[in-house]
Amino acid sequence: MKNRWRILENKIFVKWLSIVTIITMVLLLIFFLTLLVSSWPAIKANGFGFLWGKTWDPVANHFGMLPFLIGTLITSFLSLLISAPFSIAAALFLGEYYPKGVIPNIFRNVIDLLAAIPSVVYGFWGLYTLAPLISKLELKLHLPAPGVGIFTASIVLSIMLIPYSVSLIRQVISMTPISLKEAAYALGSTRAEVITKVIIPSNISGISAGFLLSLGRALGETMAVTILIGNSPEIPHNIFSPSYTMASVIANEFTEAVGDVYLSTLIEVGLLLFVVTTIINLIGRLIIKKVSY
Amino acid sequence: MTPYDIQGLKGRRIKDRIFAAMVWGLTFSCLAVVFIILFYIFKMGIGSLNWALFSQNPKPVGETGGGMLNAIVGSLIVVVLAAIIAIPLGISVGIYLAENRGRKLSDWVAIAVDVLQGIPSIVIGIVIYVWIVKPTGKFSAYSGSVALAIMMLPPIIKNTEETLVLIPVTLKEASLALGASYFRTTMKILLPAGIGGIFSGCIIGIARIAGEVAPLLFTAFGNPALTANIFKPVDTIPKVIFTYASSPYDDWHRIAWGGSLILVTFIIVLNAVIKIFENKWKVQF
Amino acid sequence: MEGTILRTENLRVSFGDNLVVKGIDMEITGKQVTAFMGPSGCGKTTILRAINRLHELTPEAKVEGKIFLHSENINEMEAMTVRRRVGMVFQRPNPFPTMSIYENVISGFILNGVKLKTDEKNNIVEDALKKVALWEEVKDHLKKRSTSLSGGQQQRLCLARAVAMKPEVILLDEPTSALDPLSTAKIEDLLYELKGNYTLIIVTHNMQQAARISDKTAFFYLGELLEYDDTKKVFTNPKNEKTQNYITGRFG
Repeated sequence: MKNRWRILENKIFVKWLSIVTIITMVLLLIFFLTLLVSSWPAIKANGFGFLWGKTWDPVANHFGMLPFLIGTLITSFLSLLISAPFSIAAALFLGEYYPKGVIPNIFRNVIDLLAAIPSVVYGFWGLYTLAPLISKLELKLHLPAPGVGIFTASIVLSIMLIPYSVSLIRQVISMTPISLKEAAYALGSTRAEVITKVIIPSNISGISAGFLLSLGRALGETMAVTILIGNSPEIPHNIFSPSYTMASVIANEFTEAVGDVYLSTLIEVGLLLFVVTTIINLIGRLIIKKVSY
Repeated sequence: MTPYDIQGLKGRRIKDRIFAAMVWGLTFSCLAVVFIILFYIFKMGIGSLNWALFSQNPKPVGETGGGMLNAIVGSLIVVVLAAIIAIPLGISVGIYLAENRGRKLSDWVAIAVDVLQGIPSIVIGIVIYVWIVKPTGKFSAYSGSVALAIMMLPPIIKNTEETLVLIPVTLKEASLALGASYFRTTMKILLPAGIGGIFSGCIIGIARIAGEVAPLLFTAFGNPALTANIFKPVDTIPKVIFTYASSPYDDWHRIAWGGSLILVTFIIVLNAVIKIFENKWKVQF
Repeated sequence: MEGTILRTENLRVSFGDNLVVKGIDMEITGKQVTAFMGPSGCGKTTILRAINRLHELTPEAKVEGKIFLHSENINEMEAMTVRRRVGMVFQRPNPFPTMSIYENVISGFILNGVKLKTDEKNNIVEDALKKVALWEEVKDHLKKRSTSLSGGQQQRLCLARAVAMKPEVILLDEPTSALDPLSTAKIEDLLYELKGNYTLIIVTHNMQQAARISDKTAFFYLGELLEYDDTKKVFTNPKNEKTQNYITGRFG
């Protein structure tokens, strides 16, 4: 009698595990389909010109995504560019110069603290501290000085990227075979030369993957950017211009969207974000997996 | 004559020093930035930490004072509900992956989990809006929790799998050799043995969603009133920070800084707990 | 001395395309110690694990042929039932790390969801620990973690855990190979005493061990049973040349 119940509960458990696991995998597919189906009205209405349409005019039901595309790409790449030297330096410091020890450990934990600050707090902080500074800079350069814009958002975004890229790059660098480094040192190279001529080149794919994954993060970052980007649906003139990103326009206008096409268009923007970040993530992880062997 | 004459050697040495100096400088800049930001949050927020912040709801626009009690309660509800949803599901998938390594389904799910982790949180919000908010016609705390639960899954799944895989097979064999079913072996032997890592995964998940706003913008939405009803919209601490930060009122800004300090402190404490747990809760085999 | 308690009929075990156990017919006598011996890879552990159906954990393993416990076919019974009647002690001591010493001894009951009164539990624990000569050493520390014991004590704990279930057969897979000589000797003494009440099958690489404690010895080679007789006979007058070579150390 007891045995039958035990066998049954065992069967249910095993089945449960497989079902939940399959659902998790299917979840992704359902995500994609949901976005696709919900953006279909917009895809039909806006056509493919949507991708490079220059005007975003919800009132006239005329939607063009180019300003957001440009805004997203510029902020993401700019933030990557700004954070790169810092990330590489910190990764080298923690991975190459001082891989062991109490103090480097503390440093690593301190840098990880950057990841503990939520995006919205970063935005708030940037608004209070950076925006006024940038505004002053803009005045000096005789530019319109709202303080917010691509540059401000990119700086804060670059700070947000640092803990992740440092961690990824440090892991990649630490996998350099010691014999390779020793061979270089044995030939009389300086530390800088070993790093620039041996370690970094031999890990270039892994490092690139690290940047690729950071790019993926940057593209999807919403709150900090929304607070600091200036929310202007025009094509930006320079890096100090206010702009708009794909994630920000969704965040700002989704709940205000009137009309099916408007909402559907915003969902279409979300679909594009989903597709792009997924592809970047997959490529990045693939490279890292390859490099780990 | 050696390939490197003394002149060149000096130049290379100088370059080496400059390079090291740059590495040091840039690294310390990172550290400095951390302190600058955290100190600023502390400075701005400490002044707002008073009893009113924790016990009062927001006052109407224009009036001074008020607090974020509604948001604190809202955050608790939304996060706890998300954890209740995500933890059993995440652990289950983690168990499956640990037991079925090498199976095709496991490989595909591993990829799916990686992708899930990389989806921008606002996109998850859109999907939950379409699934729950639109059909039911209203914003609700539980829809926000569902969105957050999806975000919690990857760290829970990964940590559970990695922890269980480290448990020696002989423990499972010993349990089965006593006649125990796979279910009981998992629940009474394997999960307890891996409790440290599994717990860490859950805490990492909570730390990840505690500060999230984007997925809640069109699911939990927001609510200036205090409510514990999961079928109603709620405000959360980060959402309030966002709303107030984008407003022109000084008083709201003050409250937002208080909330920022609370939030950042909470997440940092969680991270510290994770780091301590990683060392202390390692079960000896 | 009892009659046959365990019988195999053309037992074959393969891993993928590799046939590791090639048709074994043997009868194990009850209330005795039977030793399985042979060079590495001869299949002795594989046969042992077929008896309590542990191969079901390995997807590539296939077990064919019949094994009878008394007169019941093991493969037609519920696996969990088989394992409750056949206990196992593993090569490396593996007490459950999240359980105390006390809980480890009755873990078989805990894991099978059997509810016992506190008196019953205490009796079982004391009885099992006394049988493995561990009672005096741990009776004041029963609530301590099982991992706080030494290797030899842990292995005795594992033996107690198996004994507490009152199994009909206890399988031991090189139970002393990971222990120091003193602990090994202690356990060998225990096994010698236990055989009065239990049927023991022990896989061992240690010939002196087999000679000391077993009543019958089976010699396996490349998946086949080459010789199976009273231990004294096998060691002093082996019929098979390979047995002779193994015993005299010509190959390991």
